[in-house]
Amino acid sequence: MTRLLRLSVLPGLAACLLALAGTAVSAEEHKKPAAVTEISKDMVQVPKPPFTEGIFPCSMCHDPKAMPPNTKRRVLKDMHTEISLHHGPDSRWCLDCHDAYNRDNLHLANGKLVSFNTSYQLCGQCHGDKLRDWRVGVHGKRTGSWNGEKQYLLCVHCHNPHSPHFKPLKPMPPPTRPEAIQIKNGGAK
Amino acid sequence: MDQDACQPTPGAPCPSGENNGRREFLGAAVAAVATALTGCGTLSKEEFLQHNFRELSKEEVLTVIERLEKEYKEKFGREVKVANTPPMPGVMFGYALDLSRCIGCRRCVHACVKENNQSRDPEIQWIRVLEMDKEEGVDLQHAEQYYNPAEVPREGHFYMPVQCQQCKKPPCVKVCPVGATWREKDGIVVVDYNWCIGCRYCMAACPYGARHFNWGDPHLPSKDVNPDTHYLGNRPRPKGVVEKCTFCVQRTRKGRYTACVEVCPTGSRKFGNLLDKESEIRYVLENKRVFKFKEDLNTQPNFFYFYGV
Amino acid sequence: MTTLRNFSRFITDTLRMITTGGPVYYAWIALLLLLIAFGANAYIGQLHTGLLVTNMRDQVSWGFYIGNFTFLVGVAAAAIMLVIPAYIYDWEPIKEITILGEMLAISALVMCLGFVMVDIGRPDRFWHIMPLVGRLNWPQSMLAWDVLVLNAYLVLNYFVVTYLLYCAYTERHYVKKLVTPLVLLSIPMAVSIHTCTAYLYNGLASRPFWNSAILAPRFLASAFCSGPAILLILLQILRKTTKLSIKDEAIFKIAELMAYTMGFNLFLTAAESFKELYSGTEHMVYFQYLLFGLKGHTTLVPFAWASIICGLIAFLLFLVPKTRTNWVTLNIGCVLIYASVYIEKGMGLIIPGLTPDALGEIYVYKPSVTEVSVAMGIFALGFLVFTIMLKAAVPMMLGEFTISRGKKGAQPAKSEGHA
Repeated sequence: MTRLLRLSVLPGLAACLLALAGTAVSAEEHKKPAAVTEISKDMVQVPKPPFTEGIFPCSMCHDPKAMPPNTKRRVLKDMHTEISLHHGPDSRWCLDCHDAYNRDNLHLANGKLVSFNTSYQLCGQCHGDKLRDWRVGVHGKRTGSWNGEKQYLLCVHCHNPHSPHFKPLKPMPPPTRPEAIQIKNGGAK
Repeated sequence: MDQDACQPTPGAPCPSGENNGRREFLGAAVAAVATALTGCGTLSKEEFLQHNFRELSKEEVLTVIERLEKEYKEKFGREVKVANTPPMPGVMFGYALDLSRCIGCRRCVHACVKENNQSRDPEIQWIRVLEMDKEEGVDLQHAEQYYNPAEVPREGHFYMPVQCQQCKKPPCVKVCPVGATWREKDGIVVVDYNWCIGCRYCMAACPYGARHFNWGDPHLPSKDVNPDTHYLGNRPRPKGVVEKCTFCVQRTRKGRYTACVEVCPTGSRKFGNLLDKESEIRYVLENKRVFKFKEDLNTQPNFFYFYGV
Repeated sequence: MTTLRNFSRFITDTLRMITTGGPVYYAWIALLLLLIAFGANAYIGQLHTGLLVTNMRDQVSWGFYIGNFTFLVGVAAAAIMLVIPAYIYDWEPIKEITILGEMLAISALVMCLGFVMVDIGRPDRFWHIMPLVGRLNWPQSMLAWDVLVLNAYLVLNYFVVTYLLYCAYTERHYVKKLVTPLVLLSIPMAVSIHTCTAYLYNGLASRPFWNSAILAPRFLASAFCSGPAILLILLQILRKTTKLSIKDEAIFKIAELMAYTMGFNLFLTAAESFKELYSGTEHMVYFQYLLFGLKGHTTLVPFAWASIICGLIAFLLFLVPKTRTNWVTLNIGCVLIYASVYIEKGMGLIIPGLTPDALGEIYVYKPSVTEVSVAMGIFALGFLVFTIMLKAAVPMMLGEFTISRGKKGAQPAKSEGHA
């Protein structure tokens, strides 16, 4: 009798816990991030992630029932072929970050789901020193006020997560050489 | 000379009209000569007689600002505001530049030019970016500032932008013969463009090549004017005076970041209040490997270079 | 008010004296006025456009004008090369002619003032540098010190010269008690003007070429060895064209003193070169640019070596008594040493100090046409001041032109050309 009870209660408990976890995630998502000066331990106010047009939410296509996930490590051939993955060792692949069963989220190493809106939590797993610097404002582009509100960006606003190395830019023009600074109408030289 | 017109008895003042008239005439006459000397016909008597900014009373400053705003309106055909925001108490500005992240894109250089109303022709830039060899390290004899590859950063090179270091012991302030440049309470070294005589001694004294001279009449197209200016900062300058980076005094004294900090795409530039324990700049100084440019000259700059990675 | 009347006659008679002369005199004055007009014209162009008409830029922000200024401060200081033997060693042959050295100092200082005026970006704001009226950053700024000592030296010399000539004109003996202390005072003052000018450069840690301890001694040595050269030539001219008696031994004595200072100057130059080139730090680049060229830029190299070689030859010519007492070699030596120090203290000091610049950039500076024209105008102005002073002073010194002979002395014979 007790064994039966235990067997029935456990999945129920698990289901409850999962549900709770789910709500916890969504609660985190909707929790209003505080201003920088009262930054809570985890959250930072950032703009929306720079999704490609029409790509989100992923669950539009990736319904676990309609399209069961194929968790085999491979190079994608059917879709998302425009993405070339150059992130770390060759053994890295999509589902290391993207959650197989919950495509509208990413996941940490321990399986915990992370929203795209707070993807820095995922990046910070491996790049902890960058995350620490970023929280304080020492890593990444900074706009705003030095004594007030500052704007932060997501890691992905500057680093394409699939190919994160900061891309070279075309430099703006060099200064004019002093020899070339002359009076216009070619007078006394 | 006044003896004929005015024989003061002890205690009795001279009829003030006489003295003022002669003084006015003298001032105007000298101003006329001075106008000839500047080669431009727009030198007013008030401008000629204006004293060092630090010696002006509050009312005189307002008069000067009013005159300047009127001049700028005439010259550029738009409303230009000249502020006189004083330093914030309890603030000492510090700046840190991450040499491991700067890619030499020069966006800071041009953002600065836009923000600070530099002459476009002859061109003046307050920031100079030096391209150096990774192998040689910070070595000025192997630096190149006219680099122009298709893309930056170039393999094997790193980039070091140089601008006014806002030194605690500025050699430029020490040598100015007329006291036209000085260090403000918040650490910014400023120039009074209406007092500078253009002797360029400060340019010889600066070890960082941070000071620039208006060799000709500055040309600033009206459409490029930034109308938000500060008397000691980015207001349009006249010919024949020295100018330099002022940590965007028109922005920073209102709490904003400098233009170069905001535009930097790699986040290499960090700015803040050195006296604030929680500031980014303090974090950099306490946690990163920081060095000062030409430290052996003991100028004690408020500008630090560091390696973030 | 006899003094006032006498003094006003002194002024009017002097004016008459300097506006009358022989054809040579008029031609010389005309030439100088022409050069001054030429320079003024170029300067007006500079006023209109700004210093952009020069070749100075941010990288090399001082050039030909300041180089000339520095050299001429040395010439002004060199007057005391006459004062020292005359007054310290009480050597009569030179005593009579010290006034000529002081007049040279005045002319040189007028030129110094001229070069500073044309170099600053806002000459209309010149009053800013006046103490009390403007704001003089004394004692922090060495330029403030320089302004004070140069003007004090000018006033001192001007006073002594005017006083001595006025006494000669009114046929009175000058009061030794007044003149001697002032003339003796001019010795430390002359040292001070050139030391201040040296400190101007010396105090800049940002320019390692200048930031050397022996810069001030080098300035003094080069000033004393070159400034009197122009006096030696002048004295020979005056001897031939006027009744001024200048003993040979006076000239040779000055030349001998110059020889020793030349030797000292060469020694200091060698010391400076050794320190930089032997230690071989990165500060060597400035010397390299000057003497050997840097990264293919060799503009200054021929001038630098010319300066050294001329200096060496002049030293030998002055040192060896045979060549020192030979008029031909003496005069060649004078020209050589003048040229040598002109380069050494002018472009040879300013340009290597600023090239490569603070960020390692090399901008090759050469004076522009405007700069040379304006400089010529200023030199002509200095020569003009010197000429008209001599024109009035020499007759006064000779006793030919005095208050009692005023009218007569003001009309010299037609063929007489007073220099």
